[in-house]
Formats: sequence, structure tokens, C-alpha cells
Amino acid sequence: MDIQFTEEQDMLRSSVQRLLRDQYDFDTRRKIVASEQGFSRKHWEAFAELGLLAAPFSEEVGGLGGGPLSTMIIMHEFGRHLVIEPFVETVVLAGGLIEQIGTPEQKQAFIPGIIDGTKTWALAWTEKESRFDLGNVTTTARREGNDYILSGAKTMVIAAPWADDLIVSARTSGDDRDRGGVSLFVVDRRAAGVDLQSFKTIDGRRAAEISLREARGQLLGLEGEGVAALEACRDRAIGALCAEGVGAMGELNSATLEYSKTRKQFGTTIGSFQVLQHRMVDMFIAHQEALSLLQHLNLSLAAGDVGLPRLASGAKSKIGYAGKFVAEQAVQLHGGMGMTDELNVGHYFKRISSINIQFGDPAFHVLRYAQLDAAA
Amino acid sequence: MELNLSSEDAAFRDEVRAFIAENYPAEMRVPNPETDLTKEQSLLWHRILYNKGWIAPLWPKKYGGPGWSITQRFIFEQETSRAGTLPPLAFSVTMVGPVIYTFGNEAQKRRFLPRILSGDDWWCQGYSEPGSGSDLATVRTKAVRDGDHYIVNGHKTWTTLAQHADWIFCLVRTDPNAKPQSGISFLLIDMKSPGVTVRPIITIDGSHEVNDVFLENVRVPVENLVGEENKGWTYAKFLLGNERTSMAGIGRSTRYIGKLKQIVKAEIPAHDPAHLEFLRDIARIELDVLALEATELRVVAQMARGIDPGPAASLFKIRGTEIFQSITELTHRAIGNYGLAIREHPISTNHFMPGPEYAHTASEKYLNARKLSIYGGSNEIQRNIIAKAVLGL
Repeated sequence: MDIQFTEEQDMLRSSVQRLLRDQYDFDTRRKIVASEQGFSRKHWEAFAELGLLAAPFSEEVGGLGGGPLSTMIIMHEFGRHLVIEPFVETVVLAGGLIEQIGTPEQKQAFIPGIIDGTKTWALAWTEKESRFDLGNVTTTARREGNDYILSGAKTMVIAAPWADDLIVSARTSGDDRDRGGVSLFVVDRRAAGVDLQSFKTIDGRRAAEISLREARGQLLGLEGEGVAALEACRDRAIGALCAEGVGAMGELNSATLEYSKTRKQFGTTIGSFQVLQHRMVDMFIAHQEALSLLQHLNLSLAAGDVGLPRLASGAKSKIGYAGKFVAEQAVQLHGGMGMTDELNVGHYFKRISSINIQFGDPAFHVLRYAQLDAAA
Repeated sequence: MELNLSSEDAAFRDEVRAFIAENYPAEMRVPNPETDLTKEQSLLWHRILYNKGWIAPLWPKKYGGPGWSITQRFIFEQETSRAGTLPPLAFSVTMVGPVIYTFGNEAQKRRFLPRILSGDDWWCQGYSEPGSGSDLATVRTKAVRDGDHYIVNGHKTWTTLAQHADWIFCLVRTDPNAKPQSGISFLLIDMKSPGVTVRPIITIDGSHEVNDVFLENVRVPVENLVGEENKGWTYAKFLLGNERTSMAGIGRSTRYIGKLKQIVKAEIPAHDPAHLEFLRDIARIELDVLALEATELRVVAQMARGIDPGPAASLFKIRGTEIFQSITELTHRAIGNYGLAIREHPISTNHFMPGPEYAHTASEKYLNARKLSIYGGSNEIQRNIIAKAVLGL
């Protein structure tokens, strides 16, 4: 089932690879993460120039029409280089939602700013009680003229401190867990009544707790279709995050293999010990399976297959467990070095740990996979 | 689980329990004692135990030990760890102290042991080197005799809390021509000596526990050699045996499971199918702890009857660390989205940390616990030891 990439897709991949190889080595990334802002405008602009921010969008909205496969290609390379910039948040989450449910005016108003790199976005769906349930929303929105007034609190919103605009889920009707009563809103991050408390994440990103006090927002799409839209958005996000995770796994496996061939203990390379050989074989198999499932998922995303939600959850779970195994063993086999902030191995480990939390952990998704089967 | 205690031992247990409840310093009850305390704060409990005469359970009475039986020592260990007290610095009390009173000369005993007991000297361990981790016998740090001094040159690494240390005990190579194990000596080095440089190593949880220690032409008086020259390997092995005995960590694991249960209760509503999954996962870990605790009690009972438990320490190390890693992993998972956040080091109230307080250290604990299967002889090495020494393979 190995994907035969088109010439265009091959070109996309090699141009991302070239850009990251030339401009995004681990030292550069370290400096970006440690900087005041925490991400690099300069690199973001370079991504825009190369067309990466336009790649998945359809041609009707000014994109390159690459769809989920272009996202997969880009995110796989981003995973290999631990790119910190908010591509998932801006292009995949916000861009995807706007393209999916936005009015023609909204698409025209927001997508060009994403594509040309002038605006970054974040998606605020998680709340204190929501855990991984997209429909568990207590933030409220009431209509006032053409706008809505939002009140409530969103938690753990990744990339919010960097964002110009937010997409916020809020309740327009029903009780706390009523799926049909949730709508999505575009909120200017600097608007009155929007307060952020920022902090760093485990993988070097910035996130925020967001409090909304009578903040003005614009309805995205129609009232009540928020959860359905978020579900489809999550499937696309899983395609992207899994690609990133698989990219990171590949790097961890190469680094571990290389280390095992050079690190000597007891008069020989540690790679000559059978117990470690078998471990690395298992890491290799985990990566191969994850890569296959990743391609399968993204082909289904591109085709809009009926069984997509179930496959997405299955992939998030299986690739998540695989990533966790590879990451933990990569640290273990690097010994003390694997524990250091200095070596990149620990940073891949932490990125994979974060991916595993975003949009639901592997245990959550394996259960969802089972439940969607039972429901069918 | 409890030992079948005699009435004397039961009374002792009650005494220890009451002493901890009355005397453990409130200011040491911080979110993460291993990283959040200053040197002085972390010594508070040490000094209290010292004044009570309980600082060194392992030591013979004539050097300042309390003269406890094996069972009493076990009870003390169990009670202090169940209560979540910060153990006295192992490098001083459990490691170098016993080496000095077992292999050191009278002058060394007089000079070093009282200050270890009182907490006036803080010791760190100069074992690992960049090229010598699991394979310690290959240490390359050189000590060359020059009159009544050794000139020491080398690079030690993963040196825990060297930033606080007054002294470092080092494995150094004194005979470059001998076989790896036979040319090593055990040397005590004053950290204030010219030529000693400590460089922090920041780990993946953001904390500063370990360090590189560089030794450049450090002049060490010959009187700081422990035992005989080139016999250091024997002393090193003796010490490593002590390092692994407390690694089952039953008390700590039990405490963390208790916290985990509260977190699951608070975070995951009973109607969520994940709730049952967590209960099952926690129960499996509890059974792991129960089985390991029963094994520990069996070994203690054997030791009390004078039977050598052999490499039981390796078993405790493997299972104790694996269990604790599972607990930290499950805790990190239980807090859901809050697992994305991590406290910034050094710890300060200026940094905002989201989520409920019980979630604040979950990420750093999960990350930090990855070290447990690596240090103190990696778990792969421990399995080799059991394969060889127990199974005869």
C-alpha cells in the first residue's frame, strides 16, 4: 500500500526538506524556543513563501489544492525537525474549519491572511471539565445584533499567545454536554474581554488559559454545527499530528541505531548486545507499522471515506502507542545522554508525549475505535 | 502489608510514626522535594534525625548508628518512606559513610564520619564518566602520585547534586597498566580544591540535579586514599550493593498510587468509560506493588535469619523502577490536557502554571522518572546480573 507520490508531491517534500535542512537545525530551533516570542516570524514567512501555508487549501480559496496528503508530507518533515511554529493550529485547525464551514465572506476575509503568513491562529475548544470530549462546553455565547457575546473559560490552548485570531467553541443552546448546542466563533485575540495567562508546554511551545468576559465574536458557519465541525477537524488534525509523530519516530530510530554502533561499553559497541538488537528491531517494526497506518489514514482523508472517524481514532491510538514505545526506548538506549536537555532525543520524546495528549490520548482513541465499531 | 511484628517491634513502629508526625518540617512539604528545596531546607530533616540519633540506621553503633536489628531498620525505612519524608542524602549516609568505616583508617573515620552524620559535609559520587556508564571498570580519570599528593585529571559525569557538595568520592585510575578492575583506587576529594569545576547538566524535565565535574591537575593529599591503592574496585562494588537495596521504593509507590486515585476521582467522571480503565490499570499496578512488597518482606525475613539474599537487590531495582515509571505515566495520563504544561525551573511563583495543584508536577515526574531504568546500573545490566548470578547462564 506504499503511496506512489506524484511529481508535485515529491517536489513539495524535497523543497520542505531543503528549507529545513538549510534553516532549521536543532541549534536554530533551540534559540527559537528560548526566544522572547517563542516562535520565529522569519521562518513562518519562509514557509509562506515556499507555499506551505497554501498547500492543503483548495484552489477556490486561493490554495494549492494539495489536501491532506500535502499536509502529511509537510508535517512529516516538520516532525523530523521538531518545527515549533503553529502550522497545525493555523493551517490545519483554523484554516480547515474556515474552509469547511465558513461563509464565502469569511473564507475571503480570513484564508488569504493565513496563506500569506500575516496571521496566525489558535483553536480554543478544551475546558476544565471537557477532557477529550468536544461537546462538553460550558462557555456561552448569546446573540447581540450581528455579533455574539462570549463568556467562560478555555484551558490549555496551544499557540494562543502567538495567535492573532482564535476560533472558540461556545454554547448557544442546551445543557453542558448537549452536542447540538455548540457553535464556533472567530474572536480577535486582542479584543476587549479576552484575557490570556500564558505558560510553556512540555515540548517548548506556548499555550494559555483564556478567560472570556463579554468578549465579542463572529459566528463561524451556522449555529449548532460546532461539534460536527470539530469532529471532522479532529480527524484532519490526527492526520497531521500522526505524520509529525511518525517523522519524529524515524529520527529517534536513526539516532538510536547510530548511537548503538558507536557507543562502546564492556569492550564492544552496545549495538552488539542481543537484548538491544531485539529492542531496536521492535522499534523499527513500530515505526514501519505507524508509517503504513499514517499513509492509509491520509489516503482515506483525501478520499473522504465513510469510515474515517473510526480509522482516525484507530491511527491516533496505534501510532500513539508506537511513538511512546519508540520514544521511551530511544531515551533508555541513549542512557544518561537521553535524559539531557542538550541532546535532541529528549525533545523528540517530549514532542511525541504532547502529540499523544492533543485531541485525546491513545487510550481514549482505542476506546472510541471500539465504540464506533459497536455503533455501526 | 505488615510484617508479623513482635510487641517490641510494634512499639518501635509506633514510636517512629509518632516522631515523624511531630517532627517532620512543614517547609519541606513542597510539590517536588527533590527539586524545590534549597540545600539548607533539604538538610532540616537530616539534622532532626541526627539529633535523635536515627540518621544512619545502617551504621554500627560504635560509629554513630542506632544499633537497630534488621527488622527495625526495615520498619524505619517503611515508615519514613510511607510518610513521604525526604531521605537523608544517600551519597553521604548510605554510600561513602559505610565505605569509610569499613575500609578507611582511624584518622579518616575520625575526620569524616561525624561530619557525615551531622550533615556538615555534603558528599557527591564521582563514578560515571562520559565513556564509563554501565561499564564502570573502564574509568579513565587518572591519579598520579607526586610526593605526598596525587595529581588528579579527568571528567566525571551525572554527578547528582554536586552543586551542593563539599566532598566527592571518586574512582580514579592509579595503575594504567593493570587490568581494568585492578588499577582503580578510591579517593576522597575536597570540592574546594583548585582545579575542580562543576558544570550543570539540565535534564529533560528542566531540572538541575546532575552535573559534569571536571578535575584538572587537582592536588589530593595521599591521606585521602581509602584503603589500599588499586583496590578501589572492591570498595566500589561494596558501595553499589548499598545503593540498590532501597530501590523497591514500596512506600513511595504506595503514596503515589494514593495520590493517583484522588486525581482520577477528581478528573474523570464515573460515567466516562475511561474511569473503569483507570481503575483497572491502577489495580494492576497495586498488585505489582503488593507482589514486590511481599518479596521484600520475604527477603527481610531471610536476612533476619542470617540467609544471604544474593542479588535480590537487582530484582528490587528492576521492578521498583518499572512500577514507579508506570505510576508516573498513569498520573500524567490522568490529568488529561494539563499534561501538556510543565513547571519552569528554577521554581518560582512568578511563573503561571495552569490546572489544579495536584497536576502541577505530573509532567516533570513522568519525564524525570525515565532516568530510573538508566541510573544505578541500568535495568538491562540488572537483568544480566540475575541471568548470571541466579540462573547461572
